[in-house]
Amino acid sequence: MAEGLELLTGKAPKPNKAEAMTLGDGSRVAVIGAGPAGSMFSYFFLSMAETIGLDVGVDVFEPRRFCHRGPAGCNHCGGIVSESLVQRLATEGIKLPDCVVQRGIESYILHTDVGDVEIATPLMEKRIAAIYRGNGPRSSEPLDTHSFDGYLLELAEQKGARVIPRLVTGVRRDEGLMTVSCADQFSDAYDLVVVATGVNSRLTEMLENETAEFSRADRTKTFICEFFLGREVIRETFGPSMHVFLLDIPRLEFAALIPKGDYVTLALLGDDIDEALIDRFFAAPEVRNCFPGGQVPGHVCHCYPRINIRSATPAYGDRLVLIGDSGTTRLFKDGIGAAYRTSKAAAKTAVFHGVSAEDFSNYYAPLCRKISNDNRVGKFVFSVATLVQKARFARRGILNMTANEQLQEDSPRRMSGVLWDLFSGSASYTDVFLRTLHPAYVGLLLWNLVSANLPGGRKAQKGNGHVRH
Amino acid sequence: MAGLGKEYRAGEVIFRQGDTGNCMFVIQDGEVEAVAELEGREFRLRTMGPNEFFGEMALFEKEVRTATIRTTKPTRILSIDKKNFLGGIHEDPSLAFRIVQTMSHRIRDLTDRLARYEQQR
Repeated sequence: MAEGLELLTGKAPKPNKAEAMTLGDGSRVAVIGAGPAGSMFSYFFLSMAETIGLDVGVDVFEPRRFCHRGPAGCNHCGGIVSESLVQRLATEGIKLPDCVVQRGIESYILHTDVGDVEIATPLMEKRIAAIYRGNGPRSSEPLDTHSFDGYLLELAEQKGARVIPRLVTGVRRDEGLMTVSCADQFSDAYDLVVVATGVNSRLTEMLENETAEFSRADRTKTFICEFFLGREVIRETFGPSMHVFLLDIPRLEFAALIPKGDYVTLALLGDDIDEALIDRFFAAPEVRNCFPGGQVPGHVCHCYPRINIRSATPAYGDRLVLIGDSGTTRLFKDGIGAAYRTSKAAAKTAVFHGVSAEDFSNYYAPLCRKISNDNRVGKFVFSVATLVQKARFARRGILNMTANEQLQEDSPRRMSGVLWDLFSGSASYTDVFLRTLHPAYVGLLLWNLVSANLPGGRKAQKGNGHVRH
Repeated sequence: MAGLGKEYRAGEVIFRQGDTGNCMFVIQDGEVEAVAELEGREFRLRTMGPNEFFGEMALFEKEVRTATIRTTKPTRILSIDKKNFLGGIHEDPSLAFRIVQTMSHRIRDLTDRLARYEQQR
């Protein structure tokens, strides 16, 4: 057997592997969880099966209803669809409707204690989508909004997936198939079980307890909250920009204010975010100055969701695969993009190769390894960002270099590109890192470090709306 | 404020026949027409609406654009970078499936038109 999850007390009998571990007409697949990973798996799996004339059934187990506002319909996430994912979904023919896109983001504003700079997309085009995973914050009014997760689930249903509104409490191997059991005594057998529950679910904990070789994803606590400001105030104060912060606050890796409709979402990522860190963040003048009157308003909805910071191992077994956050995801950024990539890779494996641990090892695991290896580079990149957070002279140099680039339309935007891809998650960490090794990048950074820190040194010009010292 | 892509007014040219390009476009809302220019005259090739794409040849070839694309009404269009697209294809070749499928439809359409043209000549 290939290395894999020999799941749940007992080996899978393999009397006739070629037949038993390949899906055929009438095969049934259970998808547990209808977040982006579960819904996209269902959508792509059924699309691919249709292209080769394979008649299979997909049951999606999801007890939540994404039409609900607040925690009942929410999947607890900052709610950004990256530039690269927006483009890939468009290429796949998946257009995000206006009712799903709460705001198109066309620039980032980087806030530091030595000034702010706006990093605009080169084409002045909205290619990043701010979305709600549920149907808006707690106590929000019913608007013409639509949940991103709900929209993807609708696409899966249109392809033929059946939604079962039940909470899955157990998965076990039974006579060669997988049996899924629910809290209300419902149980059924499937040829493949796809776990797409994310990391904030008890199911992966149950898998870990019952299976010696399985280790669920490592997690850390984050903080997300929503501020009600009203559409007009948001347009005037935040505009179509995501506001990110490079502040010298211990344990804080990334902070962003994301404008959406009548609300602004705050996402804090770092090492076990707690109230002390949150209070310190809210007290920072760079944060307060983003809000009208320099006062951070009370939030209407908040949560401390956990995020995956190290992949589950192994993320597959015979007739079982873990996708999205419950398996492998990107560190801190573009979790929805990782859900797309892992769900599609798992669907391709199941449709075109098979559902044995060996199949997943050969055709699914390489992508998981690629993402995990990139996350290692990401850890290094974020550790450098932490050093920059602590070094005022470095922040001055970076801000100066970015500001100068934004003022010159035709010159290569090396620092702006690095920061853009780091904030938006649009490129791999490896790609971002390699770009920082380019001699021109290094030379310009050194020049800006010197020029921005010398008394009377050359500073970026002010007053064009891009740079605010 | 919601909605992705870049907004164009009716009658704006997205790109002209003979331009070089390194991206393709997906229509989010509105409509465009593809127009071929020959000896000073314009020939409308087709119109395209939401979720349809154009300019895809630039992703695979280094040749210039073969037609002018112009909006016929207020239109919002999302561009797809060559680098992002080819990077995606490298990881997941099935990403190109829809484009291949559409190009296949267009070849079929051109073949039909050519046959009708030969018949009428």
